Amino acid sequence: MVNETIQLGKGLTLKNPVMTASGTFGYGEEYADFIDLTKLGGILVKGTTLNHREGNPYPRMAETPSGMLNAVGLQNKGVDYFVETIYPRIKDIDTNIIVNVSGSTIEDYCAVAEKVNALENVPAIELNVSCPNVKQGGMAFGVTTTGIEQVVSAVRKVYDKHLIVKLSPNVTSIADLALAAEASGADSVSLINTLLGMAIDAEKRRPKLSTVTGGLSGACVKPIALRMVWQVAKAVKIPVIGLGGISSATDAIEFLLAGASAIEIGTANFIDPTITVKVAQGIVEYCERHGFKNVSDLTGALEINS
Amino acid sequence: MKKITDFRLIEKKEWAKSTYLLLQSDEPLEEIKAGQFVQVRVDDAQHTYLRRPISIHDVDYQNRTITLLVQRVGEGSNKIADTELNDTLNIIYPLGNGFTIPEKNQNAILVGGGIGIAPLYYLGKMLKEKGIEPQFLLGGRSKSDLIMLEDFESVGKVYITTNDGSLGEEGFVTQHSIWKEKKFDMIYTCGPKPMMMALTKMARENNIDCEVSLENLMACGLGACLCCVENTIEGNVCVCKEGPVININKLLW
Repeated sequence: MVNETIQLGKGLTLKNPVMTASGTFGYGEEYADFIDLTKLGGILVKGTTLNHREGNPYPRMAETPSGMLNAVGLQNKGVDYFVETIYPRIKDIDTNIIVNVSGSTIEDYCAVAEKVNALENVPAIELNVSCPNVKQGGMAFGVTTTGIEQVVSAVRKVYDKHLIVKLSPNVTSIADLALAAEASGADSVSLINTLLGMAIDAEKRRPKLSTVTGGLSGACVKPIALRMVWQVAKAVKIPVIGLGGISSATDAIEFLLAGASAIEIGTANFIDPTITVKVAQGIVEYCERHGFKNVSDLTGALEINS
Repeated sequence: MKKITDFRLIEKKEWAKSTYLLLQSDEPLEEIKAGQFVQVRVDDAQHTYLRRPISIHDVDYQNRTITLLVQRVGEGSNKIADTELNDTLNIIYPLGNGFTIPEKNQNAILVGGGIGIAPLYYLGKMLKEKGIEPQFLLGGRSKSDLIMLEDFESVGKVYITTNDGSLGEEGFVTQHSIWKEKKFDMIYTCGPKPMMMALTKMARENNIDCEVSLENLMACGLGACLCCVENTIEGNVCVCKEGPVININKLLW
């Protein structure tokens, strides 16, 4: 029997390292026909802001080779709606329900974090300081160490459970930002959010997205994400959650070997809504095949000079 | 309940721009409403990544088959249309809300343009089961766009327009003489957006209830990614979940 448990510290224990990436899995309910949600390490629910947001105009999506661009722009009904309507529906699912907290001002982030802090069955938040699709939205904080320090230390004061900070890849040195998050009180970091990209319809001479630019995700971003996870894991002492293009158990294992303690699966859920449980099973089989007793032993087990 | 499963191609018909695929499942079918759609996985295509949403054209529970009409528009749809007999397609279904089937008898017209005719066939059959005689008004650019006509004729009366006049009346569906000859109290439509917009305008002017089936660009098909939204009087709604069928009372166009 392989032990799949992952301890991320500060009250966050996962049954297995597989979680779902925010914005790709709704509130979990959308996938309940396809998989047993209790087989997941955690569900990162859709980005939640203080107030209702309509998001960006259509078109918000463009398919790209081995990936897609999105410019949804954090459409959600606001934290109060989440607390009153959605939370009661999902709070008893036997997995970690983690709220992705988004905002455009420090006060907004803190207000949402405080409200979510009061929810008994939400053991953690993922602070989204890296959404590329909202003006002054998050990414402004997420691309400088000063911005990260300001928002993370402010949220830290009002939120006393497990605080994950989700990092943007649209920076010069992601390890520096991870260090800033760690120094400001983050319990773990997750990376990467989407890469800023663009698509053009040459025939119409128009951008494919209403916002012109958007966030790139899917299999095509994996090598970049993997490199960044490796760099961050070497730099920080807190656990690293890896994501970016993971579409198979092998992909997930590569992230763990590079130093991630857990992983999130995002865009791949659109192609195979059962991919999460397949990846979890594949990781166990890998451990059996290679003689690892604990999935957590894979973290950072990359052998570079051998 | 939504399901992900493989369907085997057991019959295929091809036209210049579109293909008829009769697909069989090993398992009993889930309950499917007219107007619902499937998400088909496209494997080994260089420039595609996501599934392709395709309307369900027909359902046969006894033989565990669904029928899709696939228009060749790009790499993804070409790959699906190229599926060979006995090959399988991985399908997520049934998705979306479907058309409203009225309880009482209505004078309903089902207006399809191009490949948008696909979901209207199964809708016509469902209406007929309810004792409502469906009337189809099908439009295309020319004769070759109009496929499966005999099947439609076996379900209800069929009226046709083509832009070049090669079949039926010349012009757009909104210009067909049937609108002057008959009074309708329900329009169901699926097709190119300009056509559906013209019908929406006509329905409003004549006080006819109308449902349109939208085909916004889609990623997940499950209401999770919020990419395929249509702006309505209720704000942005997911076409894949709250649609694809939307009553014109909710539309902003």
